[in-house]
Amino acid sequence: MINSEQYLVHKEPYYQPQGNEVTLFEAAYGARLPVMVKGPTGCGKSRFVEFMAWKLRRPLITVACNEDMTASDLVGRYLLDAGGTRWLDGPLTTAARIGAICYLDEIVEARQDTTVVIHPLTDHRRTLPLDKKGELVAAHPDFQLVISYNPGYQSLLKDLKQSTKQRFTGFDFDYPEADLEADILGRETGIARDIAVQLTKIGAAGRRLKGHGLDEGISTRLLVYAATLIQHGVGARDACRMALVRPITDDPDIRQTLDHAIDATFA
Amino acid sequence: MAATAPVFQHAPTEVYWTALDCGFPQVAEVFEACLLDAQARLSSKGVDAYIDAARTLGKLGRGVEPVLAFLESWPAAAEAAGEGALPALMELVRAIQKSPNGKALAPLMQTLAPVASRLKSVELTARYIAIARDLMERTTGSIHGFQQTQPSPGLPEFFTQAPLLLAQMTLTGLAHWVDYGVRNTRHHPERQQEFFSLNSADSRAVLQRERHGTLFLSVERQLDLYLRALWGDSEHLIPYSTAFDELRQPVPYYDHLGLRVPDAQEDARGVSGIDRYRVILAHMVGHRRWTKPLIADNYSPFQRMAIEFFEDCRVETLLMREYPGLRRLFLALHPHPVAGACDPEKASCLRHRLAMISRALLDSAHGYTDPHLMEFVARFHAVLAHGTASTREIADIALAYVTRTRRQSDQLANVYFDDTVVDYRDDNRQMWQFIEEGDEEEAFDQERKAEFKDEPDRLPPRHYPEWDYQSQSYRPDWVSVYETLHASGDASDIDGLLLKHAALAKQLKRLFDLLKPQDKVRLRYQEEGSELDLDIALRSLIDFKSGVTPDPRINMSHRTNGRDIAVLLLLDLSASLNDTVAGGVPGSQQSILQLSQEAVSLLAWAVDTLGDPLAIAGFHSNTRHDVRYQHIKGYSEKWGDPVKARLAALDAGYSTRMGAALRHAGHYLETQKADKKLMLILTDGEPADVDTADERTLIEDARQAVKELDTRNIYTHCINLDPRADEYVSQIFGHRYTVIDNIARLPERLPQLFVALTK
Repeated sequence: MINSEQYLVHKEPYYQPQGNEVTLFEAAYGARLPVMVKGPTGCGKSRFVEFMAWKLRRPLITVACNEDMTASDLVGRYLLDAGGTRWLDGPLTTAARIGAICYLDEIVEARQDTTVVIHPLTDHRRTLPLDKKGELVAAHPDFQLVISYNPGYQSLLKDLKQSTKQRFTGFDFDYPEADLEADILGRETGIARDIAVQLTKIGAAGRRLKGHGLDEGISTRLLVYAATLIQHGVGARDACRMALVRPITDDPDIRQTLDHAIDATFA
Repeated sequence: MAATAPVFQHAPTEVYWTALDCGFPQVAEVFEACLLDAQARLSSKGVDAYIDAARTLGKLGRGVEPVLAFLESWPAAAEAAGEGALPALMELVRAIQKSPNGKALAPLMQTLAPVASRLKSVELTARYIAIARDLMERTTGSIHGFQQTQPSPGLPEFFTQAPLLLAQMTLTGLAHWVDYGVRNTRHHPERQQEFFSLNSADSRAVLQRERHGTLFLSVERQLDLYLRALWGDSEHLIPYSTAFDELRQPVPYYDHLGLRVPDAQEDARGVSGIDRYRVILAHMVGHRRWTKPLIADNYSPFQRMAIEFFEDCRVETLLMREYPGLRRLFLALHPHPVAGACDPEKASCLRHRLAMISRALLDSAHGYTDPHLMEFVARFHAVLAHGTASTREIADIALAYVTRTRRQSDQLANVYFDDTVVDYRDDNRQMWQFIEEGDEEEAFDQERKAEFKDEPDRLPPRHYPEWDYQSQSYRPDWVSVYETLHASGDASDIDGLLLKHAALAKQLKRLFDLLKPQDKVRLRYQEEGSELDLDIALRSLIDFKSGVTPDPRINMSHRTNGRDIAVLLLLDLSASLNDTVAGGVPGSQQSILQLSQEAVSLLAWAVDTLGDPLAIAGFHSNTRHDVRYQHIKGYSEKWGDPVKARLAALDAGYSTRMGAALRHAGHYLETQKADKKLMLILTDGEPADVDTADERTLIEDARQAVKELDTRNIYTHCINLDPRADEYVSQIFGHRYTVIDNIARLPERLPQLFVALTK
């Protein structure tokens, strides 16, 4: 028997709602509708799902998708054992059995032939056929599938098929408003309000460069890092350079522009 | 010698006058003044040397100009550069005297003072003289090689332009500029003159490249990013030239076309060039955000000036509120006029007063004590304390200030300018609306002529630089490439050619079928994989049961094995392609062109069946001003009749300027989305053009172009039909070339080569 306790989220994660997403998610869960969470990296998608799992008191199984992931990594595979071969459930199968929320993070990173295995779980059938094992798993009534994806990559290859997209209800996430973001920084790291406001200003400068040499803007997560560094006694400029500029780009022009923005902000 | 000895006011002058031993009356008129100047600036030894040098110049037989100019300019020059520069200068004078360049002496002496004031040291002056000497020696013409008889056309112009040049360039830059001019205009006296008098486009372009300071071109992207990131503005940036107008320096401004900024900014007052650009942009952004235009006709010019100063301060205050770090830059660049520096009895002090209050409005530590000034600074801050205020409110304060501090002397023509020019501010033209010179009626009267020019027969050219191996630098915008669609002929000719090679085509088809991408490849023996590989698993299980260590690699997985290659085939269409081939089909006189046609048709057909994106283009050149790049097949075009028709009309002529064509082809191939990019160049000879005498130049340029393509991940491969090509082709392409000796076999070899390269 699988111990579903281990997948529970015990402590309330800090999540600052930006709108009515919490109620909407609860409604979607009530109807067991699959949910898709879209948004740029580091804007709080995973935190939101974690928070909802805590709020709904459901176990949460997270799978970080990647290019090399195959359908068997999700569903399960045979392993060699003393007595012959042994079947090992994959995370998706486990979640379907115990009635957990299965969260597939960055689903577009997985290849398309992999993503189709979720199809039977996400429509009225709510079943998962294990063709290698010859078993049809009927999903637990509490099971829900949540996927996240970052539409920012804008690559022809990295997009979901229409047939996959149209199985989900969707949330659009974005970086929070400056005011709210400053609140988040303060709440996460305990940083002074005025510094938090200055950090969000640099964040906004970086986000305006998206598509002009930056693939992604400076995320809230990075701003939290910068605030954490400042809280640990690092100088504000150094912390910003280290947490906000150096990780996101190697382009010298953009670096210099952002460095200048930092200097201009912290007088 | 002197018929009537001139009368001097000071007795010692007589002694020097005698030593000078000069009979020109023009010299006598100014001699005493020059001597006094020299005695004030030079050591007594220096004065002796000065008189001695002047005496030499007077005796050269080159008229009064050189000695007069020397007498007038040397004291100032020596003070700036040091007296020690004189021997080198006289050495140059003797060299000029020995050559037919006597005319250059006067300009040399005339510009000596401004040049020396730029150079400021004996060593640098000596280098300047060396550059001039080098220029003279290399451009003075000789007949039959042993006697110099033709004066250098560029030398006098060079001396005339020297102060301007040194204001823009370092000595190293100047040396490059001179070297460039000498090498490229040596055989054209008129062009040389144009070059050194800064009248030719090339000379200005090279000057622009060698300028010191931060060049707009090199920071354009950064400034775009700056505007976007900090100010959320994406306006166009347009540079204006600051190099050629010393007296009326243009000022930044903006209009509906974009923000106008200088083309170069030097570091100044501890602020780097790029930061000065940023300040200029920030100031203009401020106006664009917060300034509302006023009716100009309601105010006098003085009132307008005051309003501009106050409004500038308002937007800067608001800018600093947004980004406090800008304060440092504004304060560093804003002049700090000294209180009381302007005497209201003698000059108009309005500008000075306004610059002072402008400083005080930005800088709380201004240190001024004038009560009016203090009062208005307080009023200004009070208005801005809550919100952004408006141009109107600020204008009221400004008007009150000029009225309160008005003086009669403000009307004086002698305006006090020192420390009042804030050079990062724009000219505020957007702040004023002029009613009187009515724009309404003009809009009706103006005849709108539809401009129908003659239909242009081709697209405007694209300019590319060319590599100059001698100076190891690019010649900016040197080559003009015109691109056109190749003319069309009869497509059935190509079908005929393909039919002729039907046997070969069949063979190729088999070869290319093997190359066709096979999407899935099975990877066996994986410890982790997507599926259990039953054969191996059973074997392992048997091993396990029989007590042997089993092989744990019992899984298998799949890998997709796609083929993602974009190809560009670049054909050299120079005149030599018309040569006929020896050893072809007996009895037929095939030209290389026809064979190339056959080969390219076969290749294009085969690649089309394979599905790789392929483009075909041809090029030839007729001097650097006319390189023609002709599209035969585009990436999105199918291998059909239009392409075949163009291929059938293939025509050869002119020369081979390969570098420009490579660069142009590269910019098309670069935008293709493919893992591998291959550029095939089919040529029959080395790069050459009628306007380039030194054959190595174009070879080196092509080699440089190949290097550039390398850095852009484009793989180049040359197919050369010249049996003697090995030497230069390896210089250009390294090892990536194939020489086809037996040209008759080209149709067969080209596709094979393609297969070998892309397998």
